Amino acid sequence: MATSGHHSSEYQDFDQLLKRVHQIGKDVVLPAAEDVDKHARFPREAIDALKEAKLLSAYVPVEFGGMGLNIAQIAKICEVLGQYCGSSAMVYAMHKIQVACIVHHGTSSPYFRNYLHDLVNQQRLIASATTEIGVGGDLRSSVCAVEVTGNTFKLTKKAPVISYGVDADDIMVTSRRSEQSPASDQVHVLVKKQNYHLEPISGWDTLGFRGTCSSGFVLSSSGSTEQILPVPFADILSQTMHPYAHIVWSSLWSGIAADAVNLARAFVREQARKNPSAPPTSALRLAETDSVLQTMRNNVRAAVVEYDQLLRDGNPDAFNNFGFTIRTNNLKLSCSQLIVDIVGRAMLICGISSYRNDSKFSLSRQIRDAYGAALMVNNDRIMNHNATMLMVHKEG
Amino acid sequence: MSLETIREILTQHGRLPVDVKTLADDSDLYNAGLTSLATVSLMLALEDAFNIEFPENKLSRKTFESIEAISEAIEELKG
Repeated sequence: MATSGHHSSEYQDFDQLLKRVHQIGKDVVLPAAEDVDKHARFPREAIDALKEAKLLSAYVPVEFGGMGLNIAQIAKICEVLGQYCGSSAMVYAMHKIQVACIVHHGTSSPYFRNYLHDLVNQQRLIASATTEIGVGGDLRSSVCAVEVTGNTFKLTKKAPVISYGVDADDIMVTSRRSEQSPASDQVHVLVKKQNYHLEPISGWDTLGFRGTCSSGFVLSSSGSTEQILPVPFADILSQTMHPYAHIVWSSLWSGIAADAVNLARAFVREQARKNPSAPPTSALRLAETDSVLQTMRNNVRAAVVEYDQLLRDGNPDAFNNFGFTIRTNNLKLSCSQLIVDIVGRAMLICGISSYRNDSKFSLSRQIRDAYGAALMVNNDRIMNHNATMLMVHKEG
Repeated sequence: MSLETIREILTQHGRLPVDVKTLADDSDLYNAGLTSLATVSLMLALEDAFNIEFPENKLSRKTFESIEAISEAIEELKG
């Protein structure tokens, strides 16, 4: 597990690192954001800059050469990136979810220990192929199966979405354990770029998060059986993918919301300067919006504290507790709605300037990104899960 | 015999893609296709049949991972 950095010197280092992330945001990520959004293209500059700063292995423990940051620090980096470009932050966050799956569940395997060193040295970008055509978005069901012959496997998957599939270096794929296994007996497999082929089946021309390039593909791959993570996917999902994903997503959404609030603040200041005698009405709206942003950030923080504690406790059964699952789902439900609320409030403050595409106060990209949050893993699906669990869950 | 009752309830409420008869008492039910949502219906039916209530600390995967585990949890709750 990642170290948790409690010495003041580490905090100082992390402050320095965050400054560097802000610098990358200002110098590289933000200047490309408009073009990335306009052309729905991969944020190449941003990811290259993050690779150069070795940030793709930020969650890899120090013993493998990574930075050994904890979940709170990774969440903060996602939030900062979200302030400059939602798509770049989303690509980074999705990569980090895959890294966490390997860090938490792969280190008993010599293959994955080696892979972590490669990840550090080569700053490999990992994509994910979880959803599959024919299972309706349910991560815990697979149609495709690993076909094992001796020490090698073949795997073909029809994936409606593989975000940045074309630009990734490797892909983590879920599938049935064998051709005889039921749909829910799943494994998590790492496939390497030289061993897979992607045949496009759908494009990615969306309202927002356009730079994630989440097109659909038929993935055909092969490899060695040691590339299968040595733990059932059910455990990887409950202990890592589910909580980690909702935390990093909610963090980057907070970043997008904070960006909108920052713009609104700049707008209010400009108005106040024009008429110094009376504070503008928009100042009141800004105060209101800021308090909503604080609620959103506090939601993320509470989830980070709980998850970090569970990771330290190291009791794998605790992650399956209904209460923890419900709270993790609630984080996603609330933050995906608060982002729309906050960006919308910022737009009311900035007025028509925010509605324009050609103004320095434009919030067009942010509001379009914001509406994606409730739809990526649809909130209704999550709420249905919670509704079922709440029938039997009792508060302690 | 409570194992038989558990098997009956599992057949009715577990929504498993496989025949419950083919499962051993210690077979992993999640690997056999038990979903977390089906676990809830299963749990409600078990509570009803055995006149028990699963407390919060029993609401986890471990309690329902096999017919044997369910039986042990019920024994414990019935005291």
